Order: sequence, then structure tokens, then C-alpha cells
Amino acid sequence: MWEESKGVIEGKLIAVEGLDGSGKSTQIALLKRWLELESYRVFFTEWNSSALVKKSTRKGKKQKILTPMSFSLIHATDFADRYERQILPLLRGGYLVLADRYSFTAFARDAVRGCDRIWLRNLYNFARLPDITFFFNVPLQVALNRILAGRPQLKFHEAGMDLGLSDDPFESFRLFQGMIYDEYKRMQREFHFVVIDATRPPEEQQQLMRSILQQTVNLKKFKQRMNWEFDNGQAHFLR
Amino acid sequence: MGKRTFYGKGIPDINPSELEGLLIVVEGGDGSGRSTQGALLRDWLGRLGFPTVAVGLKHSELVGPEIEEAMLGNTLGPRTMSLFYATDFIDQLEHVIIPSLRAGFVVVADRYFYTLMARDQVRGANVEWNRSLYGMALKPDMSFYLRTNPKLLAERSFRKHGALDYWESGMDIERSGDMYQCFVRYQTKLQRELDKLSKEYGFEEIDGDLGPIAIHREVQKRLEGLIAKRTLKGGAAKRAPGLRRPRTKKTTSKKAGSKATRASVRKALKPKRSLPRVGNRARSTASHARSAKPSGTRR
Repeated sequence: MWEESKGVIEGKLIAVEGLDGSGKSTQIALLKRWLELESYRVFFTEWNSSALVKKSTRKGKKQKILTPMSFSLIHATDFADRYERQILPLLRGGYLVLADRYSFTAFARDAVRGCDRIWLRNLYNFARLPDITFFFNVPLQVALNRILAGRPQLKFHEAGMDLGLSDDPFESFRLFQGMIYDEYKRMQREFHFVVIDATRPPEEQQQLMRSILQQTVNLKKFKQRMNWEFDNGQAHFLR
Repeated sequence: MGKRTFYGKGIPDINPSELEGLLIVVEGGDGSGRSTQGALLRDWLGRLGFPTVAVGLKHSELVGPEIEEAMLGNTLGPRTMSLFYATDFIDQLEHVIIPSLRAGFVVVADRYFYTLMARDQVRGANVEWNRSLYGMALKPDMSFYLRTNPKLLAERSFRKHGALDYWESGMDIERSGDMYQCFVRYQTKLQRELDKLSKEYGFEEIDGDLGPIAIHREVQKRLEGLIAKRTLKGGAAKRAPGLRRPRTKKTTSKKAGSKATRASVRKALKPKRSLPRVGNRARSTASHARSAKPSGTRR
């Protein structure tokens, strides 16, 4: 834990979690678009996207010098950078922050790689837990089919090849995703995931997400304070 | 020390009891003489027949250069900086310290995670958080703590660089007063944290206000038992030739260090007369890079 300065946090944090191919990114993109069109203050953040740490991650992956521990810590560094520079300031500023994956992704992946679960939870406890975490639940086979049907190339770490489960990337990916799925299941109750049945039609899932959000969060408080925006450095009035 | 252990949860698939070598840590503030002592120590151990390897902060292949870069820009928050250093630490632990210990080397660490903890503590980290994080670290066989008066640290920095360093003055958190006041205040805070850690982790405290030769003599004295045990166990020599008791005759310990090290110590003790230079941050990082290059260990 780190000291957090006092004062209320008006923003709300919404995270989506789930296997690759569970449709979570599609759903959060739809949610974001809707919130923007309704002119709410909304910000979207993705796992593994900060510029500085990216260099190290790429180097580590390329030279294959990453171990489960350094893999875990470098992603924690990356997350901390995003948390300190974007997520926390935006929450303080009264934004709806939408996160495509949050610390739970690290809990699942790193635990599968052998890191201690309690150690991991401590590592990330500087970050606030989301107000809502949607978990997109889909049978393993369905997720695998969605991913493997459209994409013949799997990256080394993405396929979990570093675990040495199998020499075949596809077989390795299957086993790896299965283990991650088990980790998500363990976390479901621990972190009060809101489970979305990701085998339902996408528009139905979206309706459910919106209504849960409306019930949980007083959206009125998140209306944009400005009725204009910058476009190419020029101010444009909205409506 | 008996069987080697981790402080906490350790590292998956590493059995610490297989790690035979010795891990010796030198801790202390910026300018407390750590690197001088590390060099003298390695010289001494080398003469006794122990292969040594040096490690220090920011030396990792994985993130070392990126940390340097981040420090120039001063754009990272305290949690990010903390975890960046933790990544650097684990990379060196797994790729240098552990393999060296497995091969029976003596690893001389110019700082260990204790400094990182002290820095985090000063910046608002919870001690439990730090302890759990560094549960991945190996317990050293001995940790020396060169406890030096912060005002003396400032004087040494002036002599060496003609200025104080931005980070060593804690300018990212110290707000009031001039740079000298920030330096002294920040170094005092760090010392307070290291004092706590000293109690918790059982450091060998040495008065860092002493000269390099006197400190080295003290280091030798405290390591004697550990080294003698090793020498007997290895059976290489009945009595280590360098293991004379420095207490009985002060003249013997004057020989400490190689000719080169003795010369560098002498040089370091001589005050510099050069004019103070400008652009302190760039230069002091360059000097970091220099001091961060112990012979043949940088990968």
C-alpha cells in the first residue's frame, strides 16, 4: 500500500476482464462510444500501453530474458505508470474511467507462471479496486475457437510458450488459456466480478452492461462541464 | 550463516539452499564510500583466492538504461519508479547474483534492496508493502552499513563533482529551501529509514565518517570468521595468507588493496581544485555510469 492523499474521489472505475476472445474489448468500446455520445466525461485505458516501459518489455521479450518474476514486475511498473499519470488523476477529476483489463489480468497470468498469489495482490494494492468489474464468461472452447479461427499467428508470450507446456504454439495457447480461465474462476467471488454471459448476443450483453452501470453509478454527475471541444486546436461548440 | 534463504515468498523454482557462494552487501548514503569499499573488498578477496563479482543498482540489462532515461526526464511517479527499480533488482538477482552464487562466487553488492526500501518509505510506501515485495530477495551473508553524517556526504559530493545531484538531494519530494538544505534533509530521512532497516535486518554498522583504509580494516575484521570458515571448508589453504589480525599490528592493514586501488583512494582523498562546473545533473549521471562499471561485470 502507498499513502494516498486525502480528499474524495468523485470518479468511477469500470473494468472488463475475461479470456482473449470473450468479446470484452468489443463491449467496452461500445460502452465508451455510448457514454461519449451522451456527453459524459469518460476515459478509456488499455493494458500495457505506456511508452517508456514498452521499450523494456519489447527488449525483454525479444531477447527472451524475461522470467516469471521480471515479467510480472515490468507489467506492474507499466501499470503503475498508467495508474499514477492517468487513472488516478482522472478519477480525482471526476471521470468515468473504463479499463480494458486491470490488475486481475496480472493476477491470472502471473499466477499461472508461478508467482505467489498473495505476493501479487500485495504488489498491486496501491491501485484502487474498480467500482464495477465485468467478467465476460465464455466456455474455454468458444473463446479458443473465436481466437484461433481468425488468427493463424500466435506470439511467443501470448501463447504462453515460456511455460514450456507444449512445443506447438496452438496446443500451448489452449493449455495456457485453460489455466488462466481457472484463475479467473478463483477470483470471481474474491473480487465480486459482475458476470456477463458472453455467449449471449452482443447487443443483449451491451444492454445489460448499460443498465448495470446506470443502477450502480449516478451518471448525472458525469455530464461534461463544457459544451465545446477542441478539434485540430480549434474550439467547436457542441449541439 | 547456515542454509541460504529468501526473505519471503522467494522466486518460483529457485531452491536457495543450492546457492553456495557468499553474498556481501555494502549499504550507505550517496558518497558514503560504498564503491571504494566494494573495490577494496574485492581486491582483498581476490588475493585470498575468492572469485568475485560486483553488482549494483541500475545495472540490469532489462531496464537499467530505461531507468537512467526516466531519471533525466523526471516524469515518473513514485510507485512507478519504485517498481522500475524492483524490476531492475529482480533482473540482476536472477541473471547475475543467483548464477554467481551457484558457481561459488562471492557477490559484492554495492547497495541492495534496502536502499530501495528506504527511498520508497520516504516517499510514502507502506512498510508491509515493501517487505512483501522484497520477499523475493535472498538474505545476504553480511550487510555493511556505512553510516555517514549527511553534512559530510554533501562535502564529499562537492569535492567529487563540484555540485549536488538532483536525485541525491531528493528534489522530487523536497520542496522548501535551497538544494543544500534539501540534500541534508533528504539524506537524513534516508538515514533514519536505513537505521530502522539496520535493526530489522541486522546490518554491520561502520562509522562512515572514518577514512577508507580504516573502514576497510573494519570490514576485514568483521568478515574474518565468515572467510576463515570458507577457506577451511574449501581446504585450499590451512591459513589464509591475507587473514592477519589487523588489530595487533596496524602496519599490516596498510597493504590493503592493490596498488591501483591505493592510488585511487589517495586520489579520492585529495581535494580537487577544479572550478565548479555547471549542468550538474548530466554530469553526475555520467559519473554514475562510470562508477556503475565494476571491472568485467557489466553485461
